[in-house]
Formats: sequence, structure tokens, C-alpha cells
Amino acid sequence: MIRIENLSKSFTLHNQGGAVIPVMAGAGLTVGPGECVGLTGQSGAGKSTLMRMVYGNYLTAGGRLMVGEIDVATAEPREIIALRRHTLGYVSQFLRVVPRVPTLEVVAEPLLAVGTPADHSRERAASLLRRLNIPERLWALSPTTFSGGEQQRVNIARGFAHAYPALLLDEPTASLDAANREVVLTLIEEAKARGAAILGIFHDEGARARVCDRLVDVTGFTPRAAA
Amino acid sequence: MTDQAYNFAYLDEQTKRMIRRAILKGIAVPGYQVPFASREMPMPYGWGTGGVQVTAACLVPEDRLKVIDQGADDTTNAVSIRRFFQRTAGVAVTEATSEATVIQTRHRIPETPLTEGQILVYQVPIPEPLRFLEPRETETRKMHELEEYGLMHVKLYEDIARHGQIATSYAYPVKVEGRYVMDPSPIPKFDNPKLSGNPAIQLFGAGREQRIYALPPWTEAVSLDFDDHPFETSKAPHDCDLCGAKDSYLDEVITDDAGGRMFVCSDTDFCAGRRARGMKGRLWAPEPEGAA
Amino acid sequence: MTVMERLVATDQPLLKVEALTKRYGPRIGCLDVSFDLYPGEVLGIVGESGSGKSTLLSCLAGHQRPDLGRIAYDGRDVLAMSETERRRLSRTDWAYVHQNPRDGLRMGVSAGGNVGERLMAVGARHYGQIRGKAVDWLGRVEIAADRVDDRPSAFSGGMQQRLQIARNLVTSPRLVFMDEPTGGLDVSVQARLLDLLRGLVRDLGLSVIIVTHDLAVVRLLAHRLMVMKSGRVVEQGLTDQVLDDPQHAYTQLLVSSVLQV
Repeated sequence: MIRIENLSKSFTLHNQGGAVIPVMAGAGLTVGPGECVGLTGQSGAGKSTLMRMVYGNYLTAGGRLMVGEIDVATAEPREIIALRRHTLGYVSQFLRVVPRVPTLEVVAEPLLAVGTPADHSRERAASLLRRLNIPERLWALSPTTFSGGEQQRVNIARGFAHAYPALLLDEPTASLDAANREVVLTLIEEAKARGAAILGIFHDEGARARVCDRLVDVTGFTPRAAA
Repeated sequence: MTDQAYNFAYLDEQTKRMIRRAILKGIAVPGYQVPFASREMPMPYGWGTGGVQVTAACLVPEDRLKVIDQGADDTTNAVSIRRFFQRTAGVAVTEATSEATVIQTRHRIPETPLTEGQILVYQVPIPEPLRFLEPRETETRKMHELEEYGLMHVKLYEDIARHGQIATSYAYPVKVEGRYVMDPSPIPKFDNPKLSGNPAIQLFGAGREQRIYALPPWTEAVSLDFDDHPFETSKAPHDCDLCGAKDSYLDEVITDDAGGRMFVCSDTDFCAGRRARGMKGRLWAPEPEGAA
Repeated sequence: MTVMERLVATDQPLLKVEALTKRYGPRIGCLDVSFDLYPGEVLGIVGESGSGKSTLLSCLAGHQRPDLGRIAYDGRDVLAMSETERRRLSRTDWAYVHQNPRDGLRMGVSAGGNVGERLMAVGARHYGQIRGKAVDWLGRVEIAADRVDDRPSAFSGGMQQRLQIARNLVTSPRLVFMDEPTGGLDVSVQARLLDLLRGLVRDLGLSVIIVTHDLAVVRLLAHRLMVMKSGRVVEQGLTDQVLDDPQHAYTQLLVSSVLQV
């Protein structure tokens, strides 16, 4: 489902005198349907960078990045938009939402975007929020005022609302207590069971051990630093 | 007799030809406002210069002219204009609608039906029906050119929203032969039906705004309305107190300081004709013997 | 298929712009701008004052004539159209939301009349139905139905802007041009307006070209982004990609200059 071949990336900081910072070279991995691959490596080694490249949020400097039939590295913007709507989900570390939109709408949005009828979308959103222990009295409020943990759970609910064939999860269990962590891990297992290909970053070793089928260390993709 | 100092009907021949060309153009494209080079006339703008120029261009020595102002032959302006043409054209004049060949009117259509061969000349203050909603001349010309008349219905919509009905009671816009929207001059909407299918030639002259437009005989002119608010004529719910007419447009005349009033036909010739034929209204008393 | 799916499935760009150039004497308004816009896409054009974004928008919307280039709408050559056709397009398939709502409204006409005008312009002749549709659209832009007979001069800036949007969208246009639609509005009002626009874009499958200097607006609203400087497009791509991984020096400067709240 996800196939990365010889991927490289560098940043050119024009406003810092044109400094070029290579961050990745020769990256490669695959994730099949029903698999969960965990990215490991030190902080700053490039895990989130790689994930963002898969999502099309960062440009690639070279290589192939296949998600299903689409090569994200060379695809047209509208192809990536369609990919993100139907095929590829992304739960980032931070919840970024439009202000004023109620939590229920935030979570229902991915379903509405693929044309699911409004009432069904909201029902599904409601059931996810319930599982993630977000009290119903909060559903009509915007999540911008929630605590970090609550925001993270809303983020996850949104990520799992639509049954994406491929999912990118960046620290999904960070800032969660044991009970909610359990819910998230169960959600991941359910997604695997329905055939989703999952690429994840888990700092928590226990979570990693539970859901990841393989681990890939991104340190191996770091270019040799200049002396 | 023609005053020797003036050309026939005051205007020089070249001007009359120019105006006739504009008239012909207007007749060829019913409802379309034709620009023309309006001349300085011996009355100020707002006093009928457009109508006078059109009449002057149309008159021939054999014509019989009638001039009315709000339906009356005997108001100051009607008298002035009639005298003007007597002096400069020497044409016969009349108050009888059926005997006139050219009728110049301010703000009314005569009650007596017109016939083929008659010319009705209207005095027009503002020829542009869209003017109050769209002040730019450049825009209104485009709207006529491209048949963009949505704004006209906006005005009627606003009337209904504000008053519960279309409140425009005079200068009610019409669509001519399904193409141009036209302002029929400030005639009461009661008169609008007479515009359509009229056997006479109807000419409209605006002197200050320098436009002439026309309705050739037997032309369709449909008053604008909505499907669920159809056009309706309206008049005061009275009969004429002098001649008893039920279906003519009435003037309300205050008769004393106590609020007393009477309703009389606005068309003086129509009313007089009925009275001459013996029809009487509520307040009609015959002239005493020997009065002038 | 839903509206969105049907739209995204098409392979034909709704708007195809090639090498569009407009000069003001020796000065460049916009130079060599090319892009495709597909149904259901929102394209943001950002740049600072003098970048050429407003010139570009007015050329696209037919308010000005470009010196060079081609614009094809739905496969039809826009620049070759007669004025009649172009005006008809502006009244039906296209919509233009002005920065100042007073430029896009008739201030002397009631709110209902403003919204109903485009309907009457394409032949609607039933007062009750026109009014019903107007009230419906006022509701969609969150203006209370009892304001339908009020003049826009009695509305706040945010309400005027929402009225302008209702007036433009009532004939279901497919392409909407917006020029700084949230400029001059209070922040909370802006947020409300952006919500509204997002919902309408999604529900109606609108294509939108939105010109703004505000990066937060494009992040919220636009799928794709074009960055302009001195009349030229210096970078374009997915909005989140251009803002999170800017390549061009100017884009990097722009992004790093935005104050974080």
C-alpha cells in the first residue's frame, strides 16, 4: 500500500544565507495492507519529516513515494487532495482546527468530505468521541479550548472517522492516560484488521510492541553529516 | 396666421428633418430611446420642450392640433403651447379628441379611443426607466443593449416588499414587443392598457434628456408585473360628479375649507362631450340662461 | 456520487489560464501566470501590496483585459467572447465578492431585493418564490429572516459581506472570485465568515479563486496556493505544503513573518 524508494530531502534556508540542510537520503520502506510499521530513531532524526513527505506536506528532493497507485513525490496537487480525502489519513501531533467549529463537526468532517450523509457522519463521530471518553457536553464546543489530552483524542477521532486504506499516525498515544491509550491501540488494531496500512511513530515502547509488526529506524536514512 | 418672423412651426427645416429621422428610427425600433440634438426652445426645460419639438417636426399646415395637460385643454401650459403653434404654424386647433390629427399631451392619454392616422405626442421628463436604480448612463445603455432588465423587477419587488403591492402608480414601465423596457412618461397606470395595440402613432419626446422614442400603431406594450402580483389599473372608486362617467380617470377637486371635495373626469373634452349628450353626474347643474 | 465526488472525478479543468500578462505602460501588473483550476478547488493567491494579485484577479474576472495570454472557462475562450456572453457569464456561472461589500451590493435596495436581483435577471417572475429563495439564502449566510426587508446600510460590515455572498451564490455559480473577503472585518466576524465559506464550498462544490494577504485565511480555506511577488508567481502548490515547506526565498520570508498568536 505504501512503498518508499530511495527518498531524499533537504531544506534550503534562503534567509540564512542560502544554507542547505540535507535531512534524508536513500530512504526506503514498504507497508502492506493490514500491517503497522513503526518508525524509530532519535528526536530530530527525521521520523515526522518522513511522515510529512508521505502525506505530501513536504516536498521530496528525489525518489519514489507510492501510496496505492499514486506517486506522491510527483503527483499533481489535485491528485494529492483526492488521495487525502479518500485514501490517506494523517493524525498529526497537534490538533489544528478552524476556530469556532464544534467538536462533533470537526470529527465528522472527513466523512462529510467523502459524501457520507450528514446524520450518519455525526453518528459515527459521536460513537468515536464516546469511545475516546470525550463527554457529550463538550461536543458542541470548539476543541480549541480543550486540554492537550482532550485535543489529542479529538484529533484521533477525526483520524479514524473515515476508514482510510492508509494511515499515518504521529505519536497517537502521547499525553493520554492508560485507559485512553488502550482505546487508541484498539482502534489501531481494528484498522489493521480491516486491511489498513499504517505507518506510525510511537515513543511509548509498550504501544510499539503491541501494534507494530515491524520497525524501521530512520537514523539509517540520515545523510553523512559534513565534518 | 403664421407670424412672419418664424419658420413654419418655429424650427428650421434642417432641425425638423433631424428630428424626423430620429422619429423614424424610434418607430423602426419600438421602445428604443433614440438620442437627438434637442434645440433651445422658447420655454425652459421641464415645460414640454421635447413634446414641442416632436410636434413641430410632425405638423403640416392641414393638421388640427389639440394640446392637453393632465387631461385638460384649458390649463395654462396647454393654452400656451396651443397658442405657440397657432402663432408659428397657423394650424387649426381643437379641443375635441376625435377631431384632432395631432395631440400633444402631458401625463395623460385621452379617454376617447384614438384612430388610425392620429398622432399622440407625449411630454417626457425622464426617459430612462432604470434611472432611479442605476444612475450611470453607461450602465443603463448596456442594460438596454443586452436586455438586462432584472433591475426593473427589483424595483417592483421592493414595492411589494414595502407596501404589500406594486405601489408604482404612474410612469409604470412597459415591455415593448417583448424587447425594450420603456417608461411611458408619467401617465397614471390607469392609462397603460391604452398604450398597447393603439391604432395611433405614439411619439415620446424628452427635450432636456435629448431622447425620442416611439410606439408605432398596433404595437404590444405589456406592463411589467409578477406572476403572483399581476398588473392592475386603479382609479378613485367614484363616478364623475359632473358627467357620471364610471370608467374615466378622475381628478379630485377640493371645493371648500371644510374638506368638501368632488371628483371630475381629468379629460375635460371627454367630460364635456358626455354632458353635451345629456349625461349627468351627481353635482351637475346646467348653466343658467344667458351665461357665457 | 456526491457533488464533491462527481466534481473531483472530472478530468477537465474548469478554468485554464495560460501565460496571462498585464502591463501598465512599463510597469508589470502580472507576468506570465499559468494555472489550472478544477471543479471544487479553492485556489488562494497571496502576496503583499503590489504583488499583482489584484491585477490578476481582475483580469480573470473580466474586469480588465490582459495584454497577453489565454483564459479558457469550461473549454470556452473567455477573451474571445462577446461582451454579452461575458456579462451573462458574470451573472450566472461566475460570482465576484468584493473586498468592500458596498461595491458588491445595491445599498438602496432591501436585502431580499439584493439577493433576488440575480434571480430576476435570469427571468424569475414569481414574487413569492423569489422572496422565499432570498429568505432561504439569508438563512444560509446566518442573517435573520426578519431582516429581509432592511437595507444593507442598516447592516454591520460582517452582515453586509455575508449578504454579498448570498447575493452572489443564489444563482449557483460554479466559479467564485473573492478579493480579500475578510479584509476590514473583526477577527471573530472573519472566523464566522470563513466557516461559512468552507461549508458552502464543500456543499455546493464551488471553485474559488481567493486573493488575500492573510496567510491564515488561505490555510483555512484554500486547497492550493500561489505566491506572487512583483507580478510574478514565485511558488505554487498545495497550501499546506507551500506554507510548511516553502521553497522560494520570498515564500520563506512571508511565512516566517507571520505573527503567532
